[in-house]
Amino acid sequence: MSEILVLVDHVDGVVRKTTNELLTIARRLGEPSAVFIGADVSAAAEVLKQYGAEKIYVVDDTDIKDYLVAPKAEVLAQLVEKTSPAAVLITSSVEGKEIAGRLAVKAESGLITDAVDVQEGPVTTQSVFAGNYTVQAKVTKGTPIITVKPNAATPEAVDGAAAQENVEVTVSDAAKAAKITASEPRKSSGRPELTEAAIVVSGGRGTGGNFEPVEQFADSLGAAVGASRAAVDSGWYPHSFQIGQTGKTVSPQLYIAAGISGAIQHRAGMQTSKTIIAINKDEEAPLFELVDFGVVGDLHTVLPAATEAVNKRKG
Amino acid sequence: MNIVVCVKYVPDATADRHFEDDNTVDRVGVDGLLSELDEYAVEQALQIKEKGDGSDEVTVVTVGPEKATDAIRKALQMGADKGVHVVDDAIAGSDALATSLVLAEAIKKLDHDLVICGMASTDSSMSVVPAMLAERLGLPQVTFGSEIEVDGTSVKIRRDGDNATETIEASAPLVLSVTDQSGEARYPSFKGIMAAKKKPLETWSLSDLGVDAGQVGLSAAWSQVVDTEARPPRTAGEIVTDEDGSGATALAEFLASKKFI
Repeated sequence: MSEILVLVDHVDGVVRKTTNELLTIARRLGEPSAVFIGADVSAAAEVLKQYGAEKIYVVDDTDIKDYLVAPKAEVLAQLVEKTSPAAVLITSSVEGKEIAGRLAVKAESGLITDAVDVQEGPVTTQSVFAGNYTVQAKVTKGTPIITVKPNAATPEAVDGAAAQENVEVTVSDAAKAAKITASEPRKSSGRPELTEAAIVVSGGRGTGGNFEPVEQFADSLGAAVGASRAAVDSGWYPHSFQIGQTGKTVSPQLYIAAGISGAIQHRAGMQTSKTIIAINKDEEAPLFELVDFGVVGDLHTVLPAATEAVNKRKG
Repeated sequence: MNIVVCVKYVPDATADRHFEDDNTVDRVGVDGLLSELDEYAVEQALQIKEKGDGSDEVTVVTVGPEKATDAIRKALQMGADKGVHVVDDAIAGSDALATSLVLAEAIKKLDHDLVICGMASTDSSMSVVPAMLAERLGLPQVTFGSEIEVDGTSVKIRRDGDNATETIEASAPLVLSVTDQSGEARYPSFKGIMAAKKKPLETWSLSDLGVDAGQVGLSAAWSQVVDTEARPPRTAGEIVTDEDGSGATALAEFLASKKFI
């Protein structure tokens, strides 16, 4: 069986859940080989083995981490050359998509981004035009390079051989032209990761800047908190929590929008959620057109009462 | 400095966006406009020019059908100096790889110290063309800037990545992409709209760029859309009006009935 390269998404050796999803998808297509770029693979190796990596290519080069995107694309291009994989899978993140783009040019290979499913072929499924269309696509030239959205698969624990191989790479001077001169890790909110959460509660203009009812209701449900662009632009909530076209795309089991009218740009980020609930004072809010359940009312009174009701039911 | 801004003409997101029989996006039958996210790129170019010594020039480039001229026109109205429209029937159906190839060849023909792009298009939203341009042009990639500082030839951005907020620095010439957090884009003024009519707008074909028609278009794409399907519209469910706490009770009951609590 041919190898499928999976670029490991990790923060200082801590593997992100999306990587386990990619390994699970890779197993459908061939033999998963993880590509770990960074120092100290030991903790990551355990996780990668647990989710079925047959091989782990370890690339530990100090020239990589201080520069943006380009060196990682060079590393992958060299590995593609060396291993002739049947596909390369990368997380659909800001960085992942850019690495994939450069890799596609280098490897003269077709690229598909933002797959929400990948099946044998590989044939991908994407959700486009604000979730109004579903598209199936395949790569027709070179090595299929596919970036995959979070939650595209449920990670399956399968013991892999996880044979480690250290790979020497050369990073060109050209790839070291954009330097990362400072980096501040994202602070954890203590809540589930927005793109990975099963339930998301988000607030918009209707919060008037007070996110406390949104956060408390989210906490009663063990949910992540999101925000509309209007709320972010008003400075009420950090941009890293923005849901929509220019923020995160979420597809949780349950999405609850409080005080969000539902412009197309917002719908683009949440329309594929399984169940959708909206709370809004304005009964004309467009979001009510696509909800499974809606409450016309003031979120400042509905949410605290609902929080109390949920907590009471949980006993 | 010579600033080249890459813009895309996209189908209006509020219109009925759809696919043609050959699974390409209908770019002609649906009203289009300058991609909203590219307005931020034009805005940053104009701000850099306004802070400069007056010698900076902003050129807007687009690759697209005849109607894509509208996107350039809008950028000229905002204040860009001149426009280049690469239009050729052979380009229709191109993937991001071919589009980046055509754009890169067009940029090579122009003096360029800064190449500025938006963070993504509002239609395909792949976010890969700036990285591909940097790769093809052999220029530093300084992308997803939410705050941009230009000092002489040095460029510094704040990049809100997935796991961290980073500071990225490089020297021009380079490829810069900017997010919708970089600063509100201006509206064209009446004066700007009038002035735009007299600004130079060149039209280039593939042969002007030395690009072979066989390298671009639907038949040369390295990926293929095999099927498109409209998602069944969601139908509105139950809507209740809150009266003295009834909304919260109904909401909790709904959540319990769906086993979320």
